[in-house]
Amino acid sequence: MLSNQTVAEEIVKKFGDDVYDFEEPFGLLTLTTTREQIIPMLEYLKNHSDFKISFLTDITGVHFPDTIPDREYAVVYHLHSFIHNFRVRIKVFLAEADLHIPSVTNVYASANWMERETFDFFGIIFDGHPNLVRILNMDEMDYFPMRREYPLEDPTREDKIDALFGR
Amino acid sequence: MTEANIAKSTSGNLVKDEPVQYVNELTTLNLGPTHPATHGIFQNVLTMDGEKIIAGEQTVGYIHRAFEKIAERRPFYQITTLTDRMNYCSSPINNMGWHMTVEKLLGVEVPKRAQYIRVIMMELARIADHIVCNGILGVDTGAFTGFLYIYEYREKIYEIYEEMCGARLTTNMGRVGGMERDLSKEAIRKINEFLTTFPPILKEFERLFNRNRIFMDRTIGVGGISAERAMSYGFTGPNLRAAGVDYDVRVMNPYSSYEDFEFDIPVGQHGDTYDRFMVRNEEIWQSLRIIEQALKNLPEGPYFADAPEYYLPPKQEVYRSMEALIYHFKIVMGEIDAPVGEVYHAVEGGNGELGFYLISDGGRTPYRLHFRRPCFIYYQAYPEMCVGSTISDAIVTMSSLNVIAGELDA
Repeated sequence: MLSNQTVAEEIVKKFGDDVYDFEEPFGLLTLTTTREQIIPMLEYLKNHSDFKISFLTDITGVHFPDTIPDREYAVVYHLHSFIHNFRVRIKVFLAEADLHIPSVTNVYASANWMERETFDFFGIIFDGHPNLVRILNMDEMDYFPMRREYPLEDPTREDKIDALFGR
Repeated sequence: MTEANIAKSTSGNLVKDEPVQYVNELTTLNLGPTHPATHGIFQNVLTMDGEKIIAGEQTVGYIHRAFEKIAERRPFYQITTLTDRMNYCSSPINNMGWHMTVEKLLGVEVPKRAQYIRVIMMELARIADHIVCNGILGVDTGAFTGFLYIYEYREKIYEIYEEMCGARLTTNMGRVGGMERDLSKEAIRKINEFLTTFPPILKEFERLFNRNRIFMDRTIGVGGISAERAMSYGFTGPNLRAAGVDYDVRVMNPYSSYEDFEFDIPVGQHGDTYDRFMVRNEEIWQSLRIIEQALKNLPEGPYFADAPEYYLPPKQEVYRSMEALIYHFKIVMGEIDAPVGEVYHAVEGGNGELGFYLISDGGRTPYRLHFRRPCFIYYQAYPEMCVGSTISDAIVTMSSLNVIAGELDA
């Protein structure tokens, strides 16, 4: 049984200052790295003789428009080791002006559509992706709908003003 | 069609080291969006050399309904109805997966009885899901009879849903903190009736298929995938187990008291269509076992958690007590703030690991909610599984993958 502590220490030993912000929300080891280190890190965790964290559960994006500058977007990777039943969450923060991150499709085949989906909804560009086009939305769409600046309802509507709750 | 065009239209799915000599002129075949064999709205653009598939590309998103965006405006209890509409063949699993995610965020402990009722409903949903998949797989291979035999029991399961929550397909079953009502006498009677009448029919169904020469010829060695490729493609659930990896969320990360039950995890060897069929069939038996155990050991006690801020008070109370009225109002208007947190919770859905990644910033709605939809992730392996085979093989492969359009597109 792997503990968060062991894995975190090993990762720090290997990647040093490129990993930071260790957290354990609800027991799930969460760490942040840079986009330069994401592929080496996934490969390291996958090929590590003991950890064998070799299953990519999920990739998704998050938009934090009001937080610290240059950390507006996050790409979140969930990984899983079937052998140790150990999960880890890796985040990479990106600046609004430079939404590029290397694609991990060469490490995990399943990343293909997950990255396309993230691109489709957030406009994050995965460099090296074999076919980075929209997947769920129509091709003609010229914006990225999951960004926070697009409200779900038209804010100029006047027939739905609720004086008590303000929404 | 020139070779450059093929490479373009199939976006790298066509692996070519050296120029290939094709027997016939290449044709492009649109399988879908509305084709009887897709069982939903999605398209496969196949490049064919005569009867042989040499490349394929899927187009998905025809019924994309922006659930993740909508969820960012809805209070937590209203998101349940969105989860229904993902894997609509087994909506209770989606509902309860979502409830458990929220409960994890809120720190609500659900009483044993509610957990057992949830297990019963989730396993019924799994049976319904597998009945649909295996029944239709029979139809796609040309055997209609088995489908007619077994589909009646999906209807019986829906009657049990009706008894539990009033709805059949999009169930919206349960609440954050427990179930909305206890198992009624009628529901228990119906479940018991199902448990006694269904196994003989399932046996009959298996006798029609399992050793049927035609069915075996149509499915063995068709649409196979190795365990390694399946893991790389993010397969989970019956499709991964058919490839020989015994990963089941119910066993590895037990939720809702699954650790109390004894059941086996069937695994296949070759990851082909026949193995997927057999794994699903065996899972139906295991689900029946779990339901039997849960009914037999159903604990006494409340069926909802003591969490007045999140669980709607009984209606009679709302009319009589001020406190209940306030909570009722706050919950219905969505005025309950959730704590700040970041949760990933996974349940074993009909098709595999159904995950909910929820970020709460302390407001009344999620800041970000992402669904890990098993269909969406494993369906990308489809071209690799059907390249080199014929159209009829591609159709049974797709059928046995159990791709549900609602889950695919969210």
